Amino acid sequence: SSAAMAALRGWALLAPLGARLRAGPRAPLRSAASAPPLYDVVVSGGGMVGSAMAAVLGHDIHFHDKKIALLEAGPRKEYDHVPDSYSNRVSSISPGSATLLRSCGAWDHVCNLRLKPFRRMQVWDACSEAMIVFEKDDLDDMGYIVENDVIMSALTKQLDAVADRVEVFYRSRAVGYTWPLPSHSCDASPWVQVELADGCRLQTKLLIGADGHNSVVRKEAEIKNIAHQYDQSAVVATLHLSEATDNNVAWQRFLPTGPIALLPLSDTASSLVWSTSHDHASELLAMDEESFVDSINSAFWSNKNHSDLIDTAGAMFRSAISLLKPSGTAVRQLPPSVAKVDPESRAMFPLGMGHATEYVQHRVALIGDAAHRVHPLAGQGVNLGFGDIACLAHHLSATAFNGSDLGSLKHLLKFETERQRHNVSLIAATDVLKRLYSTTLAPLVLLRTWGLQATNALPPVKVRI
Amino acid sequence: QLSLFRFTVKRPFSTSYSSVDSKEMKKFQLLAHKWWDEEGEYAALHAMNDIRVPFIRDTLLSMSSNYHPGNPLSGIKILDVGCGGGLLSEPLGRLGASVTGIDPVEDNIRTADRHKSFDPVLDKRIQYKSSSLEEIVEESMETFDVIVASEVVEHVADLETFIKCCSQVLKPEGSLFITTINKTQLSYVLGIVVAEKIMGIVPEGTHEWEKFVPPEELERLLESNGFSVRTVNGMLYNPLSGSWGWMESTSLNYAVHAVKSGAQARSHTTDAPPETDIQQHSATAGTAG
Repeated sequence: SSAAMAALRGWALLAPLGARLRAGPRAPLRSAASAPPLYDVVVSGGGMVGSAMAAVLGHDIHFHDKKIALLEAGPRKEYDHVPDSYSNRVSSISPGSATLLRSCGAWDHVCNLRLKPFRRMQVWDACSEAMIVFEKDDLDDMGYIVENDVIMSALTKQLDAVADRVEVFYRSRAVGYTWPLPSHSCDASPWVQVELADGCRLQTKLLIGADGHNSVVRKEAEIKNIAHQYDQSAVVATLHLSEATDNNVAWQRFLPTGPIALLPLSDTASSLVWSTSHDHASELLAMDEESFVDSINSAFWSNKNHSDLIDTAGAMFRSAISLLKPSGTAVRQLPPSVAKVDPESRAMFPLGMGHATEYVQHRVALIGDAAHRVHPLAGQGVNLGFGDIACLAHHLSATAFNGSDLGSLKHLLKFETERQRHNVSLIAATDVLKRLYSTTLAPLVLLRTWGLQATNALPPVKVRI
Repeated sequence: QLSLFRFTVKRPFSTSYSSVDSKEMKKFQLLAHKWWDEEGEYAALHAMNDIRVPFIRDTLLSMSSNYHPGNPLSGIKILDVGCGGGLLSEPLGRLGASVTGIDPVEDNIRTADRHKSFDPVLDKRIQYKSSSLEEIVEESMETFDVIVASEVVEHVADLETFIKCCSQVLKPEGSLFITTINKTQLSYVLGIVVAEKIMGIVPEGTHEWEKFVPPEELERLLESNGFSVRTVNGMLYNPLSGSWGWMESTSLNYAVHAVKSGAQARSHTTDAPPETDIQQHSATAGTAG
């Protein structure tokens, strides 16, 4: 009855952990014989993060005899040979993410398909000469630019390799979730019930929500989400450079309207990610190809946003630094110029930020964009998701090796604490950077100019980033 | 006044009940439905799984050469004496063991049965029976590879009888794991006064200090009944973090691993190995591609 439910919810709010033991619609009583199939883990959402989660668990030694299901609304995505043209959706993969993909055998496939390592990142301000360069001293790769389709194809292959443990349901959308009552009432099923669009039902000991920033799992679990729509959209495209070059630098310039980034795909091609106002984004999509290319080159090369005040102040600061620390200012490289854009490759999507107040509840965990959504300016989005996977898989592996209940909140909280500690500061910093760089007001420009120059000159801070 | 109700008449251990204390049974009957609330009365026992399961698992793994990935205890028959609601039986079952759980309190067995029934894998691997240890001796001579008696010996009426029965149902060179509470001033202050009366970590009246067992006495009884004691390790509960850890001193809680002598009698020293061994075993949770 609803009064009983309300009372139960009220009680649940009082105890700090009790608040996590949701009193949702009561799971129907079933005899063991007619019960829907029971999985140890169900991952809802078969994008890069959901697929990687299933693949990593499937390759974990302590999950050798467990049953995992992956639910993906779309069709199976795989190809043996990359198409000639590049996809316009690419990701910057950090070395840590590469390690995770290597651990489940997917990185080899990525290397065999297509990827571009980069050695250097140059980030600078349109309103001043301030610049920061990220570079690894030891000639290792800083990161890799990989098409999302390539990552998906690699993960699909590795899911096939553990098909005896991981069952993938393509073209399957979950339409309803039923949460178990707190564990000490032992009449009803203790598992999460999942209902698919085609009427099939599954039960699971742990539901992992990897269903993106509009996560249904998160909504159904009634987890509060702090979300904010930026007044920006990102325009993506595949570009061809004027001349072939080593192209192992990732470029990002902060314009007043938003950051524009050029990510290397090959010696002659780069991927564009241009975050700008919705109106400007629509204009960019609508204009002819020549004007589009001109806008991009102008964005990277023009100095029209400089003011004498800022330039002078910036120059003074730079010479001050070079007195204190002779090697503190790096050589400024010039970004490549763009010759043409791949037809049909222009697209735009709106940007926002989001952070779930909880990553876990009894028998539920959120990973990837379902838990946190960031602005692409930091190139972090999917890497945060892969970091979530590494952490959650580590804790689930230990839990399995201890014979404990995979959905137990006590163990899931360890994952939440570790990841929130890592993610919150990065998401907040990204948000602050986005706002800081969205202005031409002199004091703020000076602040960020000096900040950027100082950061560039100070090795310890740079390494931490 | 409490001893009036105690059932301490000594009988030959092949007939029934001489190690079961009926007053103890009543205490647990009242809480039979509370077993599976991880934040409730049995929270400390749930937390204890985090050290007692790795202890059992790693000890058994180090004694065997077979390893089944995903099911490290596969093929091992375990008797969980005083299984209660099945808190320890279930993790052992998940690790691949065939577990028989016995408990004299019927309500406990009912709770345990119901809880495992929702998981088809556990349902097959674990069998529960409402029974005392003596009652199953005749039909289970030398049947089990392992016996676990966790947080039980401080509740039995006759410890020596209990140990003799363990020896009878255990295969030669089988392992016996015991966790229990020492009888010291410290265990009275922390284990009874603080744990029960002040902080409510343990339901009041659960333990009687008189029945706590010092490790020296437990070792003596084990050694004189055909067991060789391999490991004795102190355990400590941290009520702030709600978690257990190992410690050098056995003045509060402690765990024992003993092995039933094989066909030939052997003599062993009973030095406790250093704590670092335990920590090394349980430090790894592997991922292998």
